Amino acid sequence: MKAAAFDYVRATDAAHAQALLAEHGAGARLLAGGQSLLATLNLRLSDPAILIDIGRIGLNQIVLANGVLRIGALTTHADIARSPLVATHAPMLAEAAPLIAHAAIRNRGTLGGSLALADPAAEWPACVLALGATVLVSSTARGARRIAAEDFFQGLYQTAMAPDEMILGVEFPRLEPGEAQACMELARRHGDYALVGLAITRRGAGWRCAFFGVGPTPMLARAAMAAAEGLPPREAAAAAVAALPQDLDPPDDPSMDAATRLHLAQVLLRRAIERLGA
Amino acid sequence: MLHAVDLPNAWIGRARPRDAAARQAAGGGRFVDDLRFARMVHVAYLRSPHAHARIGAIDITAAAAMPGVVRVVRAEDLDPIMSPWTGVLAHFKGLKSAPQYPLGRGVAVFQGEPILAVVADSRAAAEDALALVQVEWDALPAVTDPEAALAGAPIHEALGDNLAFTRTAETGTDLAAAFAGAHKVVESHFSTARHTGVTLEPRGILADWNRADQRLTVHHGTQAPHMMKEIFARHLNLPEEAVRVICPDVGGSFGIKVHVYPDDMATVAIAVLLGRPVKFVADRLESFTADIHAREHRVHARMAVDAEGKILALDVDDLTAIGPYSVYPRTSAVEGNQVVNISGGWYRVPAYRAHLRVAFTNKPPTCQYRAVGHPVAVAVTEGMADLAAEAVGLDPAEFRRRNLIADDAYPTKAPSGILFEGLSHHKALARLLEIMDYDALRAQQAEARAKGRHLGIGIACFVEIANPSAAFYGVGGAPISAQDGCTVRLEPGGAVTVASSITEQGQGTEAILQQIAAEALGVDPARVRVITGDTERTPYGGGTWASRGAGIGGEACLQAARGLAANIRDLAGAVLQAAPDTLALRDGAVVDAASGAVRMTLPELGRLGYFRGDLLPPGVQPELSVTRHFQTRKFPFAFTNGCQGSLIELDPETGFITLLKHWVVEDCGTVINPLLVDEQVRGGVVQGIGGALYEECLYDADGNLLNGNMADYLVPMAGEMPDIVVAHIATPTAESALGAKGAGEAGTAGAPAAIMNALNDALRPLGARLTDMPFTPKRVLDAIRRR
Amino acid sequence: MRLALTVNGQATSLDVEPRMHLIDALREKLDLTGSHVGCEHGVCGACTIRLDGVAVRGCLVLAVQAEGCDVQTVEGMAEDARFDALRAAFVAHNALQCGYCTPGMLAAAAELVEAGGTPDRAAIRAHISGNYCRCTGYQAVVDAIADVMEGAA
Repeated sequence: MKAAAFDYVRATDAAHAQALLAEHGAGARLLAGGQSLLATLNLRLSDPAILIDIGRIGLNQIVLANGVLRIGALTTHADIARSPLVATHAPMLAEAAPLIAHAAIRNRGTLGGSLALADPAAEWPACVLALGATVLVSSTARGARRIAAEDFFQGLYQTAMAPDEMILGVEFPRLEPGEAQACMELARRHGDYALVGLAITRRGAGWRCAFFGVGPTPMLARAAMAAAEGLPPREAAAAAVAALPQDLDPPDDPSMDAATRLHLAQVLLRRAIERLGA
Repeated sequence: MLHAVDLPNAWIGRARPRDAAARQAAGGGRFVDDLRFARMVHVAYLRSPHAHARIGAIDITAAAAMPGVVRVVRAEDLDPIMSPWTGVLAHFKGLKSAPQYPLGRGVAVFQGEPILAVVADSRAAAEDALALVQVEWDALPAVTDPEAALAGAPIHEALGDNLAFTRTAETGTDLAAAFAGAHKVVESHFSTARHTGVTLEPRGILADWNRADQRLTVHHGTQAPHMMKEIFARHLNLPEEAVRVICPDVGGSFGIKVHVYPDDMATVAIAVLLGRPVKFVADRLESFTADIHAREHRVHARMAVDAEGKILALDVDDLTAIGPYSVYPRTSAVEGNQVVNISGGWYRVPAYRAHLRVAFTNKPPTCQYRAVGHPVAVAVTEGMADLAAEAVGLDPAEFRRRNLIADDAYPTKAPSGILFEGLSHHKALARLLEIMDYDALRAQQAEARAKGRHLGIGIACFVEIANPSAAFYGVGGAPISAQDGCTVRLEPGGAVTVASSITEQGQGTEAILQQIAAEALGVDPARVRVITGDTERTPYGGGTWASRGAGIGGEACLQAARGLAANIRDLAGAVLQAAPDTLALRDGAVVDAASGAVRMTLPELGRLGYFRGDLLPPGVQPELSVTRHFQTRKFPFAFTNGCQGSLIELDPETGFITLLKHWVVEDCGTVINPLLVDEQVRGGVVQGIGGALYEECLYDADGNLLNGNMADYLVPMAGEMPDIVVAHIATPTAESALGAKGAGEAGTAGAPAAIMNALNDALRPLGARLTDMPFTPKRVLDAIRRR
Repeated sequence: MRLALTVNGQATSLDVEPRMHLIDALREKLDLTGSHVGCEHGVCGACTIRLDGVAVRGCLVLAVQAEGCDVQTVEGMAEDARFDALRAAFVAHNALQCGYCTPGMLAAAAELVEAGGTPDRAAIRAHISGNYCRCTGYQAVVDAIADVMEGAA
């Protein structure tokens, strides 16, 4: 199937992109890596009037400054996967990146594009949520603002961004001494969307667990996190698993019924806590 | 075997890379979609979004006014051009179906059925216009379940009910008595899921009607160009000589590209309507609903055994759903019929019954897809074998040893009565256990289990249909040739041209013909040029399907090449004044057979034959091209056999199955090129793994496809596939000098059963069992939960 | 839109609609039909090509996004000595049958080969796990890549 017709404009920098967004209004879509957007265009599942290509505006740096790891919105999955800074200061992201689709997609797809799409089955939104990261967004009308991950994902493919805003980057807290992070998932095949995925971090005896593929947004498992708090690994796992049904209410879909998905989430959670607890 | 492979002329049996592989790897592939002709237009089809709906008013005004649109074609526009067809064959007694048209009219009966066409100067423009066509749909209740279909209102009123076909085969001793007197009786339900072929190149056709000379040329990604020529001519009411079908490169077929599809037929009819070249290439989404599906079967089986574990009886009941039409011209009864013919076919089964019901439903039509019916029959038979082995306390391998038909018992018959020429089940099983190191694997399994790991080992024996005779289709009235022809020609410079009616879809047809001709003519295969896939440039024949290319087309090539070799020796003998039988062909020359001394090179002979008739002895007429045809006559099929082993690891918490290793022993008779056969067998295994673990067309109760895209319909990818060890036993068929049977179906036939048995081996300590494919994590977990 | 880019080493310009993806542009506008379209939703990998030296899905890149870029298709790879060994290994192992996936498979494999090292079979399988082949059992493809990488190491 071929995409329906649309117009195209290439932004020269972030300010230009925001100006174009403001100018073209609701019919405009930002084109970052395009690895999800182009598929939906080719399937005629979306029909924007104009695409604003932000592929050449920079925003693809990974820097450590003031104790936070800042990753530009247009940094590709592949760049994140091979960044020594990421491996050292946000190992969850280094573990998550190779799980995203396939090499050729990781070469184009971007962190910001993934967050803006807010696919609930994707890895980055859950990682951002689990790490308590901050999303930096900006618009011509209102300038820059910071959105906490917990406030960013509002619903199925819905974020807290206004239509005229774009993501500039994400700030991740750096790995603390003694902190352990992981991103684990159960997928039928390499690169498939996970049946269930989990981005998890342990800071001291406290846990933060964000699931993906189990609801309309990445889901913070607050009851499970609270139940596990302060317990030794085995007990923490058992308590978290027992509490998890309070956090998750996965939907039925053709590939998996809700009860099985919840069961898989519990298995994954137990395995992750046992792994990070050691 | 013809002879050892170390002789200088011995190309048959050699692992030789294919010329076509080098061409494709350099970007030289040329598929239907790569072709462009002057004035060429593109067609896209409006397909029913409903599984069952009355087609009301259609408004094409806006679509017809779109830029780039050449014509909007309604169903009735094609009535003067093309006649409908019905997918029945005389030898399937009682098989019924409804007339099918290139574009559906009145009532759409499956989601994806084409009902209207837009022709435009690009595919994108055609799709733009399609989006503007307004159709008043009146949705009707859809029947998606075969049991409900048989009990409910007929999809086609004129047919009376939804029972397309039924057959019962009952052979041997009294079935009831055998079950009543058995030491143990085991029974089980099995199901295989509706899935589809997913050729990476979608179906494509480019039809060109030349009004000036009233001739139709069709470039078509098909396995059977002569059949398609016959069908185009018949339904366009053209004389056969007015139609030419050409196959460019074909990007995978597996049976998908051997059927008559409404959209292909409509494309050809539209080419005639417009008098210009029309291209249709299915996109991936429409492939999922418009390609044939297969394998939707529910089976209940019972097996009776005595105290020694000898099979006394097998009773198989198969219900299959084929969609709303039996597909033309092969029919959709064949798959179920194969289950009846093949089940139990490698065992001595004194009492056998198989009952088949074929139901119409409102899902896309099903038809022959790789290893037709075999994966079902093998899964049922081998699933029952494992159950029976367990019931009498035998190891699965020992159970098979006790029941497999003896290697020296041939010719003999299958339980269903179908004839076997010569098979090697015991040799193959012994070889399989050897390459698996079966006893060591069992020890490894026990060790792993002690550590909490759940390994499973499964084996499956099977037969595979190859080299079908006219008894398969021709006898029923289909224009499907069971014979193939080959012309082999010596060129003046010593090269050889082979023109064959079998076709190439990547399996290496052209490579094996090169090797066969090279061996018979004593030339380097690199000097052999092969032509296939053109009804005007090749002899008449059936094409490539049902593992018949090597066995039938290969034999025709061998006989033609041998005939040419004899003519070359005759000519050389006349020129050299030597008795032809003292001469041989080696290394591009006519040599003295005894000493090997070169008497005349082939270029020298070619020059004499073609250009210097003045130098030839009086009366000598060089015949430097020879055509031969071949079909099997003594046996309806040249069955092959084999067995497979699977080692898996089950994660009982997640229901995930990891494939650790897979083994295949295959007896396809003479192996012409092991490099090609081995990877074709592996490819077949992987397709079988698809059916066992991943592939299922998921429908809701209204007949809507839920996973019709590559992201949601899972096919096997490299990351999850195991390494696959392939070994061979060779029992050549005596029906041909070549002795080749076929290897296309073997992997797909046996892999699902081997994996199912390995899974159940791993599940057994958990008290669980699963026989519904595909074995998804959910189904595995459900099986464990309901133990 | 008018578009200038380098294709297989040659500076090229062409007119495309913004909606046209790069593979259609290469095929329709430049007659480079070696790149094949398999699904057009980024899953099958048949259309994988090299864009500025890395493997990308050609159906998930708009032609207009490739302005100024360096595109290499299978036709260009065939004339690039860096990939001779890879191509030869595919042929020697019969790592293709119908050949429809092969241009994409080669582009994917080339990236791994260029990265160097001697990845194990599982790593090779993982790397090509986004490239669908319905004909082979993938084993010959893995064998071919492993051969090249062991030879290059």
